[in-house]
Amino acid sequence: MSSAAGDIVRFDNVGLRYGTDREVLSDVSFTLNPGSFCFLTGASGAGKTSLLKLLYLAQRPSRGVVSMFGTDTVTLPRARLPGFRRRIGVVFQDFRLVPHLSAYDNVALPLRVSGVREDDLHMPVSDMLDWVGLSERAQARPASLSGGEQQRVAIARAVIGRPELLVADEPTGNVDPDMALKLLRLFESLNRLGTTVVVATHDVHLLRKVPDSLIMRLDKGRLSDPTGALRYPPRRDNAPDNQVAW
Amino acid sequence: MKSPPLPARDAVSGDRRFRGTRAAQLVPHARLAGPMPWVIAIMIALTVIAAAGGLALSNLVSDARADLAGGITVQIVEASAAERERQTRQAARAMAQDPSVSAVRIVPPAELEALLEPWLGADIGAGGGSGAVPMPALIDARLRGSADAATLQRLRERLRSAAPAARLDAQSAWLGPVFSAINSLLWLAAALVVLLGLTSAAAVWLAARSALGGNRATIEIVHLLGGTDGQIARIFQRSVAFDAMLGGAVGLALGLAAILLLGQQFARLDSGMVAGGGLHWQDWLLLAAVPLAGIVIAVLTARLTILAALRRMS
Repeated sequence: MSSAAGDIVRFDNVGLRYGTDREVLSDVSFTLNPGSFCFLTGASGAGKTSLLKLLYLAQRPSRGVVSMFGTDTVTLPRARLPGFRRRIGVVFQDFRLVPHLSAYDNVALPLRVSGVREDDLHMPVSDMLDWVGLSERAQARPASLSGGEQQRVAIARAVIGRPELLVADEPTGNVDPDMALKLLRLFESLNRLGTTVVVATHDVHLLRKVPDSLIMRLDKGRLSDPTGALRYPPRRDNAPDNQVAW
Repeated sequence: MKSPPLPARDAVSGDRRFRGTRAAQLVPHARLAGPMPWVIAIMIALTVIAAAGGLALSNLVSDARADLAGGITVQIVEASAAERERQTRQAARAMAQDPSVSAVRIVPPAELEALLEPWLGADIGAGGGSGAVPMPALIDARLRGSADAATLQRLRERLRSAAPAARLDAQSAWLGPVFSAINSLLWLAAALVVLLGLTSAAAVWLAARSALGGNRATIEIVHLLGGTDGQIARIFQRSVAFDAMLGGAVGLALGLAAILLLGQQFARLDSGMVAGGGLHWQDWLLLAAVPLAGIVIAVLTARLTILAALRRMS
């Protein structure tokens, strides 16, 4: 089954269970248009992280259809998954930086995996580290970076490959309110450059900061969509005009 | 105030394979500190020694077979020295007249005494003097072809009238049980080489799984960043290949040292049969190929292990 033309993400009656346990996600259906900004909310254990895992193709659903970039990923051969994953940037709640690599090498990793030559990746990686304010800490290992610095390295790594979809799991959970706001402005900025953004959070104050955003609420593995707006969202235009400073 | 410096779309992918030292950085590996090179070194050394033993035995059997294939011995078992001597001459003449026989030599009594001296002592009087031990006379003959049953039968019939006391035996028949035992040893050596290869593969399998488990978090990250199973497997292959090269070199050196030492020990035995068990240059080449085969086995095992394990991951 293929999704409608232009959809970045389409979930149709998706269910997910681990082993023989009960479903952690049930009948989840929604669509994300290119350039949309979406918050995913819900209490702890509601299934946010499981839904994000389906989004960044770390997991396949137990049932239903997950279409990414117009292709059904449920039946996609394993060998083709890496090509799709390279179109998705992920900011993990626990950052998941490679501990024995420097900040520079962590940020460069997606480009190296994608086959970019060393000569060609130096400038974009340096620029990205400069942009997140860590050019002085380029050679530092994650263990010597603060939580906020690690967060920024994780974000730089997530966006350096120009993902079409950016998925962030509780990105403001480990930072102070000022940093949280900066991160949000960063995500908005990327969104305005055309990246579809999905941010999982239980910080309700954050939701108000992006007025045009979609809000998906998960409750015990089910998506609340009383008006059907998540399944059939209106399209919106984005203009690349945002600027962010750390 | 500045916008995110995102690289151009065509600058975020390339044609360079993710390999080499950059890729190897992902899996930190204390090469010399780990046991893997030493395990491989021991396995290679044992394989080289087992293979060398097998090859030497094979050469020994080949040389002995070639040497004895056309050899026959005629004993003249006669108590009377004069009659023994007469029958010996007649038997030698009869043998020489047969077209299948290429050479006939009556073993001189002195040579016979020298052969028996280690067992019976000096001056046993094989020549037939006073107080002599009545020893059979011996005729050593060589056939043009191999000593098959039909030829032997024909020669026995020819000897029956010329020298009734003659007993004819093919030299290869005496050593049949020895060849059989050596063949068993050859199979044992081959089995040892196979077992050592399997053990090496098992050691690499365990090490690869252990390394994969120890780096699972990093591998998951690489997967989620779009890394392929092949890219990840190559990182581990590279590491195992270095271990196997190091272990192979050390193992080959140890194995060759052991072979040279054993060779010197056997050479001192000064035994005709053992002298045939040397190694030819082709054998040395084969032994030098053992570590190369070890590297191939190690790398293939690592690749298959990692790919199988990755298929079970996300």
